[in-house]
Amino acid sequence: MKYLDEYRDPEAARQYAASIRRIVTRPWTIMEICGGQTHSIVKYGIDELLPREITLVHGPGCPVCVTPVELIDKSLQIAARPDVIFCSFGDMLRVPGSNSGVASDLFSVKAAGGDVRIVYSPMDAVQIARQNPDKQVVFFAVGFETTAPANAMSVYAAKQSGVTNYSVLVSHVLVPPAMEAILSSPANCVQGFLAAGHVCTVMGYTEYAPIAVRYRVPIVVTGFEPLDLLQGVYMCVLQLEQGRSEVENQYARSVRREGNRHAQDLIARVFRVVDRKWRGIGGIPQSGLGLADEYAEFDAQNRFGLGDYSAQEDSECISGLIMQGARKPHECSAYGKRCTPDHPLGAPMVSSEGACAAYYRYRRLRTADLPQAGGGSE
Amino acid sequence: MSEVKEFRLQCPAPVNDSERVQLAHGGGGRRMHELLESLLLPSFGNEALLERHDGATLKIAGAKLAFTTDSYVVRPLFFPGGDIGTLAINGTVNDLAMCGARPLYLSSALILEEGLPMEILRRVVESMRVSAIAAGVQLVTGDTKVVDKGKGDGIFINTAGIGVIEHDILISPKNVRPGDTIILSGDIGRHGIAIMATREGLSFESAIESDCAPLWEPVQALLDAGVEIHCLRDLTRGGISSGLIEIAEASGVRCAITQADVPVLEEVAGACEILGLDPLYLANEGRFAAFVPNDEADRTVQILRQFAVSGDAVRIGNVVDGPAGLVTLRTELGTERVVDMLSGEQLPRIC
Amino acid sequence: MCLAIPGKILSITGAEFARTARVSFGGIVKEVSLAYLPEAQVGDYAIVHVGFAISLVDEQEALQTFEYLKQMGEMDELEPTGKRA
Repeated sequence: MKYLDEYRDPEAARQYAASIRRIVTRPWTIMEICGGQTHSIVKYGIDELLPREITLVHGPGCPVCVTPVELIDKSLQIAARPDVIFCSFGDMLRVPGSNSGVASDLFSVKAAGGDVRIVYSPMDAVQIARQNPDKQVVFFAVGFETTAPANAMSVYAAKQSGVTNYSVLVSHVLVPPAMEAILSSPANCVQGFLAAGHVCTVMGYTEYAPIAVRYRVPIVVTGFEPLDLLQGVYMCVLQLEQGRSEVENQYARSVRREGNRHAQDLIARVFRVVDRKWRGIGGIPQSGLGLADEYAEFDAQNRFGLGDYSAQEDSECISGLIMQGARKPHECSAYGKRCTPDHPLGAPMVSSEGACAAYYRYRRLRTADLPQAGGGSE
Repeated sequence: MSEVKEFRLQCPAPVNDSERVQLAHGGGGRRMHELLESLLLPSFGNEALLERHDGATLKIAGAKLAFTTDSYVVRPLFFPGGDIGTLAINGTVNDLAMCGARPLYLSSALILEEGLPMEILRRVVESMRVSAIAAGVQLVTGDTKVVDKGKGDGIFINTAGIGVIEHDILISPKNVRPGDTIILSGDIGRHGIAIMATREGLSFESAIESDCAPLWEPVQALLDAGVEIHCLRDLTRGGISSGLIEIAEASGVRCAITQADVPVLEEVAGACEILGLDPLYLANEGRFAAFVPNDEADRTVQILRQFAVSGDAVRIGNVVDGPAGLVTLRTELGTERVVDMLSGEQLPRIC
Repeated sequence: MCLAIPGKILSITGAEFARTARVSFGGIVKEVSLAYLPEAQVGDYAIVHVGFAISLVDEQEALQTFEYLKQMGEMDELEPTGKRA
């Protein structure tokens, strides 16, 4: 496929890896905050290609993982109602709630007879609402800024065309506040960032300049394919070696400095910035999106009268530390034993983008540990 | 300012063991595997069952027979390239073929939901009829039950099959050994995409068709040519990854495969990119893996390529000593990683 | 976050927020909203996320990843940095 396959070229990947090796002189810790990037790194074994001086840590880049457990619980309550068709992206189906008396995840609600449907686009959910006027259709609007334009359009379109039986359960999170929270933590060990390429496709990257300056960290807007990640790491390491802390754009084939203005406009109309709690991390002010007043009637929490409540996280899983990059998944004592994708204790083990699940699924053995399979590697 | 939860390296919370059957238990992945190992096999354990192969090989009155059963609960009932009837016949025919048995006779038990339109039943039965003829088998006995509306999902079909083994080769996971070549009979993922696209309403303009087809002919050709087949495995639910992991575990070996050698149709690859799916975990209904000694590999591929259903047969890797029970994949970049069994069904993702 | 992939725009219908395109992803064709990409034309490649085109692929920039590599290679030939730990 054009504009994908070329960025998976093994020879070019080796060359980038070699170039990184040539310029690195000391250890560096670089974080990516993007589940898609985590997925790609682990799937292609990219960190295996990097010199040992480079430590790649996976930040809270999985909106599924950081959705507050209270919201998961609310989604389960809503989805279990007989008058509701609950629509969601596939990612959310297996995220565990707090297990306080309700079915443990959306998949279980579905198994117990709830009408839970996976959709590709929020517009599909609006269509389902049109086709089922006697039901309430609720869409689980989860995501970073990348998905906000689509979710915004679904609410806008529903209002415009009078689809009143549609509502959204919103769990949108924003990247820059999360980066600041990580960088301002006293335990921070991150020295450079790969910024999420599709988030920046929508939002541009002007918000990152003040962060780069204030915390003196290089930030490289990076794509998702192996060559993108390797070039992004190279550019970041080069800055670190040269003592620079600027914002650079590796993913220029998709990202413009100002981003997509049309998308930003509609996001600003339909949503407003709110404080948000991040599962495993805690509250980060002004780090999420909620519906603007004009669209409040589409808020599923209002429509179904689900007030504020706190749920206790059942597990003391260290997902927070993992998402802040302070620990790697295999450093958790439950990892792979009591906590696996089959019986996860926390969200990063459930979502295929979660650091723990990505590690577990694509669990790599270092090539040196494996007896040669016949045919040299590299 | 974020509040970092005080962390403890111990996670004292008990594991959330499910007390209810979940969809994942039928998904062909880790949960189903666990159900088999923890409940079903211990309850009935006997030599034939513990072979853990697609069918049971039995000696009855001097004849060697293979016996297998499978139930078909697919939703949607109809999908591009087939329907539940096509699956019900070919699935069982293929399980017999994977034992190296010539499929002969099938039974079919239908569980129908009250209110099911007759037209649907007629179409399904017609598919079964046509598929049986194409596969060279006869449906010789059956049963029909009707359940209350709301309890049957339209139709469930169980088919059981008997085939005859006319050779002396032992085709079984236990026969797989280090040095064997792994051959894949064709491109993967078509059935999984066909089903997912139809079921989740993730429609594409031109439908990808299921690869559902009978596999006996190419297997028979291998047997007739005297190829020393160590093992055969059709790659159904859970995809090629589940199939290979099961063999690796049953044989105590490692299967090492190369991503670049595993064929995937461009459209299937495109659909996988859009939905965030990995073809290695997608279901197939007309594909199998063959494990043969390395010096038989070229001949095997040549023979398989003579048949339409295995026209794109290709070597994808080999069996190595260990660690046992693992499947490893050499990525396009030349790095090596473990292919794990999925814990449940693979779902589309946006992340 | 977030799965978005490049596809080729085959045809366009509608206007403004209702403007949509048939987009091909390696032969698979899906209908995609162009509400956020009014400048998109037939033949362009767009990055698509959950049914919405969010940017056009800049063909020049797309080559940059390979140009960069070439430049690095040339620089190394001229002048090895020699800064290995």
